[in-house]
Amino acid sequence: MNVESLVFYVFAALMIFAGLRVITARNPVHSAMFLVLAFCSASGIWMLLEAEFLSITLVLVYVGAVMVLFLFVVMMLDINLDQLREGFWRWFPFGAALALVMVGEMVYVLGNRKTAATEGLVRHAADYSNIKELGRLIYTDYVYPFEIAAVVLLVAMVAAIALTLRRRIGVKSQNPGKQVLVKKADRLRIVPVAAEKSGSDRAA
Amino acid sequence: MNLATNLYHAGAEVFLLTMVCVILIADLFVAGRGKMFTYMMVQLTLLGCSFITVATHTDGVAIVFSNMYVDDLMSDVLKLLAYLAVSMMLVYSRTYLLTRGLFSGEFMSLALFALLGMMVMISASHFLTLYLGLELLSLSLYAMVALQRDSAVATEAAMKYFILGALASGLLLYGMSMIYGATGSLEIYKISDAIEQGVYNKQLLVFGLVFVVSGLAFKLGAVPFHMWVPDVYHGAPTPMTLLIGSAPKLAAFAFVMRILVEALQPLAIQWSSMLAIMAILSIAIGNLSAIAQTNIKRMFAYSTIAHMGYLLLGVLSGTIEGYSSAMFYAVTYVLMTLGGFGMIMLMSREGFEADNLSDYKGLNQRSPWLAFMMLLLMFSMAGVPPTVGFYAKFSVLQAVVQTGHFALAIIAVLFSLVGAFFYLRVVKLMYFDTPESHEPIQYQADTSLLITFNGLGVLFLGILPGTLMSICAVSVQQSLLLH
Amino acid sequence: MIETLQNLLGVAWTPLWTLVKIVLIVAPLMVGVAYLTYVERKVIGYMQVRIGPNRVGYYGLLQPLADGMKLFFKEIIIPAGSNKFLFVLAPVLCLMPALAAWAVVPFNAELVLANVNAGLLYILAMTSLGVYGVILAGWASNSKYAFLGSLRSAAQIVSYEIAMGFALVCVLMASGSLNLGDIVNGQKGAGLLSWYIIPLFPMFLVYLISGVAETNRAPFDLAEGESEIVAGFHVEYSGMAFALFFLGEYANMILIAFLTAIMFMGGWLSPVTFLPDSIVWLLAKASFVLFLFLWFRATFPRYRYDQLMRLGWKVFIPISLIWVVVVGLWMQTPLWLW
Repeated sequence: MNVESLVFYVFAALMIFAGLRVITARNPVHSAMFLVLAFCSASGIWMLLEAEFLSITLVLVYVGAVMVLFLFVVMMLDINLDQLREGFWRWFPFGAALALVMVGEMVYVLGNRKTAATEGLVRHAADYSNIKELGRLIYTDYVYPFEIAAVVLLVAMVAAIALTLRRRIGVKSQNPGKQVLVKKADRLRIVPVAAEKSGSDRAA
Repeated sequence: MNLATNLYHAGAEVFLLTMVCVILIADLFVAGRGKMFTYMMVQLTLLGCSFITVATHTDGVAIVFSNMYVDDLMSDVLKLLAYLAVSMMLVYSRTYLLTRGLFSGEFMSLALFALLGMMVMISASHFLTLYLGLELLSLSLYAMVALQRDSAVATEAAMKYFILGALASGLLLYGMSMIYGATGSLEIYKISDAIEQGVYNKQLLVFGLVFVVSGLAFKLGAVPFHMWVPDVYHGAPTPMTLLIGSAPKLAAFAFVMRILVEALQPLAIQWSSMLAIMAILSIAIGNLSAIAQTNIKRMFAYSTIAHMGYLLLGVLSGTIEGYSSAMFYAVTYVLMTLGGFGMIMLMSREGFEADNLSDYKGLNQRSPWLAFMMLLLMFSMAGVPPTVGFYAKFSVLQAVVQTGHFALAIIAVLFSLVGAFFYLRVVKLMYFDTPESHEPIQYQADTSLLITFNGLGVLFLGILPGTLMSICAVSVQQSLLLH
Repeated sequence: MIETLQNLLGVAWTPLWTLVKIVLIVAPLMVGVAYLTYVERKVIGYMQVRIGPNRVGYYGLLQPLADGMKLFFKEIIIPAGSNKFLFVLAPVLCLMPALAAWAVVPFNAELVLANVNAGLLYILAMTSLGVYGVILAGWASNSKYAFLGSLRSAAQIVSYEIAMGFALVCVLMASGSLNLGDIVNGQKGAGLLSWYIIPLFPMFLVYLISGVAETNRAPFDLAEGESEIVAGFHVEYSGMAFALFFLGEYANMILIAFLTAIMFMGGWLSPVTFLPDSIVWLLAKASFVLFLFLWFRATFPRYRYDQLMRLGWKVFIPISLIWVVVVGLWMQTPLWLW
């Protein structure tokens, strides 16, 4: 076993462990953190496959942004796990049976595979950049699905705004545009007060 | 293929996307005052799309965008019908939405995004574009169902729709990935080539097929994946129900054609037996459950399940006649659904939903013309001659009988007799019962014109189905002849 | 000498040599952090017409060491009801990405720990991880002030990351590379005039200000906000655990300063053509940016939360999006000289 496969097994083991803990951890924040760990291990495996763009993007997007927001929500929710766990054992045999069937099918299908990829990966030259390659493919062969994917994101944005934006009454907020446009005359009124003439008048 | 050719064939999609973006921005500047402006822009966009689709029509099949986009007669026909369906949906629902404060720019732009999703699905020749189109459509629909924020029922419907829809997408994607693993390609023509030449992994492929068919059944709402349909149809605001129930079924038909018929034709024996079970169960459960409903939206939901069963019957027969009859069925179904839900919105007014069967009591005394239109629509759904529904069922059953599935045909006929009961019950309520309320039915001129067009269209197509039938036959033939 | 060592150690050479290089980067960095705190106190002191620390050592130069000793011997208090594991993990998670990002930072044409192609992406990914330390610290402390601070900070960091990313997209477009060394080399030529700060000036400002926000520094230090939520996310920390947050924050500042120097101000390149390029330039530029950080702190009042969000979402993101398009179009014309 060379160093690379050792690293692979470490990452893979870590990922499986983290994946299991995601569903078994009692505390939802722990679950979220284990999911982060799973993502990081997946990113490591991708790095081993020389897919550095996917690997770093996984960390950047999922770990750096998605999971942060997720954690944000999970922390603020008051989840009563015991309530959620009620009935777990009642449904367990059913779920386990289903899972067993699935696993059996998978083993049957994957075990009979004729064309297993036994040869090692073909190494790329040192100056090969899969970011460049990805960029080229995305903007040439895959430009159509790429644009559609962009539209899907646009829809998600429109939907999120349409569903959450409500004009609430009584909210105090600034309008910086108006603030900037304010003139001295709008705020300050100079009242001419006649100056008094001399001390003798006051005395009188 | 160069960029110009690519864009020429996808002209309608490009135009629609550009217009949605324009509408999204323009709507912000006419906010409050002129939703009618946005509405007119949307209708003009749909008109423009149909014009472009007709103008860029080319004979034969063009495959562009590196084998991801197919432009054939079937896609053009289905797209034109989808524009029509969305346009009719907007006309029917305008007043309904206005009185409920839902007539917003977001509603219209999301509807157009959904339409774009359908167009992508209809023209897809690659699993990637099929899936992305489906997601675009579904995401827009989830959001639209949830738009009525203050309604608990609508929110619940949206949640159910979203979660089950996401599950279905997952199944579909899983199946697609297995098919990719088994054949080494995501392009539908290459997949069928690979299978024909025997370069594939059999178990993995069949496994993938099962997942794909389950995902499709979920999206179509066929038994045993039908549980979401009644809740979503019932809970969503009626215009959204109309949108879910109408045009997307055209896209779903195209989806089934592209995946099962064009890509996985060599596996027809496997999938047709799966479809047979689902079709029969859908017809049986749909028709039987519809009898028990008192809410007309729920009744339509179960009737949709049954109709999807008939559609699948056409597909599973595996012949050109079968496919074209299924396409004919999809078109007919969309037309009838538009009319049916259109009628619900026409009868509704501010603070009142005409979604109970009892609301239709004595409609004949209140408005004989509307009652007659509803009668035509109900006859058509039940499959009573001379309406188009009869012809659609007839051609599907004919295709099934031709391929020797007599048992299937007999069961389908029996259950459609059962189904006739609840459609005719509506007719009985309208003509022989006394009305519960005598409030005048308020409707706009364009809506009543449209319902007339809709009802008479159902009759007219029933008497003269030849043109539509031959269009369906030619387009199906053309898209299958390619390989 | 290196070659004989290499032969002597055989297989173990690569990891050992890398380790040495890591130490060579981290040790000066830690010293830099220590003295940055000293400089901060001095600079702000002089700006406020005070003297700053001047008791420990000559001109107070040993003050950072004294502070370090003090923190080192303090007890680490773990609050009751807190989540112990995450409470201890949080400061580590705060410091770790700040150090890891240094792996791809080039100091001159040859001096870089890992010369990777996706350096810029790697930096973005690493800096986006720093937020975990803050969030977890706030949550694990089981204190509402800490929790509020961490929520503020998370929202802030995630928001400003977008604008920061777009600013880097502009740099990437201008240089055509994600490798930091290539980015610096792309700014070679006519001295100061060929630095990216000229065509990308708005992005330089966006990056710099977002950098201040990303590191939770004044005037964007709502996560700490000592007048409202005492010390924000690290209110429950003491001793070395607190020191780690401190180290993390200052290491991040130095990192942002170096990155600004590398991406917009020509890195180690000399501003005038008659002087040689050298690491000294890089240090000088980074010091200038760090001085700006301190200057901001002494000058601006703290932003209010809604103002902060408005600045990020409604000002920076649109500006940077527009500038991406402008740069894209500009590059298609012969007027693009960089």
